[in-house]
Amino acid sequence: MNTTTEPELGKETSAIEAIRQKEKWFTRIVKMQAFQIFLVLLVLVVVFSLLAPDTFAQFSNLRLVVQNASILAVLGVGMTYVIITSGIDLSIGSVLVFSGVVSAIVMRQVGGDNWGVAAIGIAVSIVLGILWGVLNGVLVAKAKVPPLIVTLGSLGMALGGAQILTGGVDLRDVPSVLTESIGYGNVFGSIPLISVIALVVIVLGAIVLHRTRFGLHTYAVGSSEEAARRVGVRVDRHLIRIYALSGGLAGLAGILSLSQFSTTAIAGQSQTNLNVIAAVVIGGTSLFGGYGTIFGTVVGLFIPAVLQNGFVITGVQPFWQQVAVGAVLIAAVYIDQVRRSSTRRGNSQKNRKWPIFGRKSPPQ
Amino acid sequence: MTTPVLEGRGLSRKFGFVSALDEADFEVFPGEVTALIGDNGAGKSTLVKALSGSLALDSGEIFFEGQPIVLSSPSQASLLGIETVYQDLALAPHLTPVQNVYLGRESMSRGIAGRLGFMNVPEMTNKSREAFEDLGATVRSLTAPVGSMSGGQRQAIAIARAVHWANRVIFLDEPTAALGVRQTKNVLDTIRRVRDKGIAVVFISHSMPHVIDIADRIQVLRLGTRVANITNSGTTMEELVGLMTGASTRTTP
Repeated sequence: MNTTTEPELGKETSAIEAIRQKEKWFTRIVKMQAFQIFLVLLVLVVVFSLLAPDTFAQFSNLRLVVQNASILAVLGVGMTYVIITSGIDLSIGSVLVFSGVVSAIVMRQVGGDNWGVAAIGIAVSIVLGILWGVLNGVLVAKAKVPPLIVTLGSLGMALGGAQILTGGVDLRDVPSVLTESIGYGNVFGSIPLISVIALVVIVLGAIVLHRTRFGLHTYAVGSSEEAARRVGVRVDRHLIRIYALSGGLAGLAGILSLSQFSTTAIAGQSQTNLNVIAAVVIGGTSLFGGYGTIFGTVVGLFIPAVLQNGFVITGVQPFWQQVAVGAVLIAAVYIDQVRRSSTRRGNSQKNRKWPIFGRKSPPQ
Repeated sequence: MTTPVLEGRGLSRKFGFVSALDEADFEVFPGEVTALIGDNGAGKSTLVKALSGSLALDSGEIFFEGQPIVLSSPSQASLLGIETVYQDLALAPHLTPVQNVYLGRESMSRGIAGRLGFMNVPEMTNKSREAFEDLGATVRSLTAPVGSMSGGQRQAIAIARAVHWANRVIFLDEPTAALGVRQTKNVLDTIRRVRDKGIAVVFISHSMPHVIDIADRIQVLRLGTRVANITNSGTTMEELVGLMTGASTRTTP
């Protein structure tokens, strides 16, 4: 397609395009995996709406879908950054639980049911999440332990820590100022507050990723750590910040979860990390690093959410959702592989690392 | 005689029991193309790494415009106007040419937006475009990832980046090794243009015809030591090969 629209490609003088950049903008959007997966989501919504116009396609139902996806969206923003650096963070679900548990304990110790107590709880939860993230980041960046192993380790440590602190019994005394506002409060009529918080995180996350130096360095570290290092990007510090961001958002998600469910739900997050990673990957972010969008992650979250909701409503056994999401996930990574090998003609494989297992070349 | 812009004296570096550099001297003058040649393992890359701040030395002194300096990082060399184009180019494949040129040295927006980390994208784009046009470089798109471009284009981007930031010395490590006839000619023309701006160019190559074609001065390394430092007038390939392999010796300045 490019060769037909750009006849002067062969010219070897100054062939810098300026005029064609505007029309290419549209082509690029269409080619984006995030956009293609967005079309899949639209098709799903349309199909379920036609099948169940009176139940699925109701504001109250869609509101529920959005509300249920909100906590995962907050986690997804951090995970997108981590995966763009060609890392992975398995610990988010456990860090969420740990932060929520300690926050609940601190709020109970302080006592009372007012915004002062709630503010302390929120701060405790986020700070603890950041600390777990810094631990992950230091081990990944400085100790050079592969991120899969680091975060698998901190997954166990955070979850175990939460169970030690509670004796394995969920805490249920959450201040009602939190449950009534963040938990099931609404703004602008009937928009869930928790979803508005998630939206703010998404928008900020997208702006920082796509418009700032921090975002550029994130892509650079994932694209070629060595190239970034040679031009003076402080790669180690940046990785620590990325894992701290992911941990901090897990801490925020901890307080959101505490508010939404009025319990620490220690056992309830065992699949969270995998669901979030699946969403990020379905949204077109490359596990090999260097490529990805927040928009894609949000779309990637809604595919499983809409499937689950739609299957329940249309009477399909909801277990089919896991089958369908699994297939979509594999398809998404396959598309990424095809895209990578077609855009990297002639490029050396030497610097690539297969992200999960450290620094081996990816199997071809 | 003018002061060398960059000079190394008695540079030594051992890797285990192997002396990669053994009391090597080296100097580059502004507005000159200095070819650095030598057989495999002669210490060329080690010397370049030492002089561009990527490798620490066991002993020896480095002078920049006559002043003794210690180069501890590539960024420090960059601050002095010393840039290196590595053989593997060291570009981030997912980033655009503009992002690659400015990576690590982004120009930020003015005022509060800049403090928040927002970049001045129009300025970076315009200046990168100028840098590419200055070189007559063929960069087909400023917005596509460089990983999707041909070897020649990526080479052009890497060189343009170095030229854009260097104002004293550029090291080019085997810049023509992976190129076709036409791109090679472009790179050699580029080197001449850069030299004519008054920048010192250090050209490392195994291709003796290119060296004879372009170099003003040729320095030969053998077994970690400089065995010849000659001006390029009437030099023949046989002579250079002889110096590299040790078949003949000639140590005139």
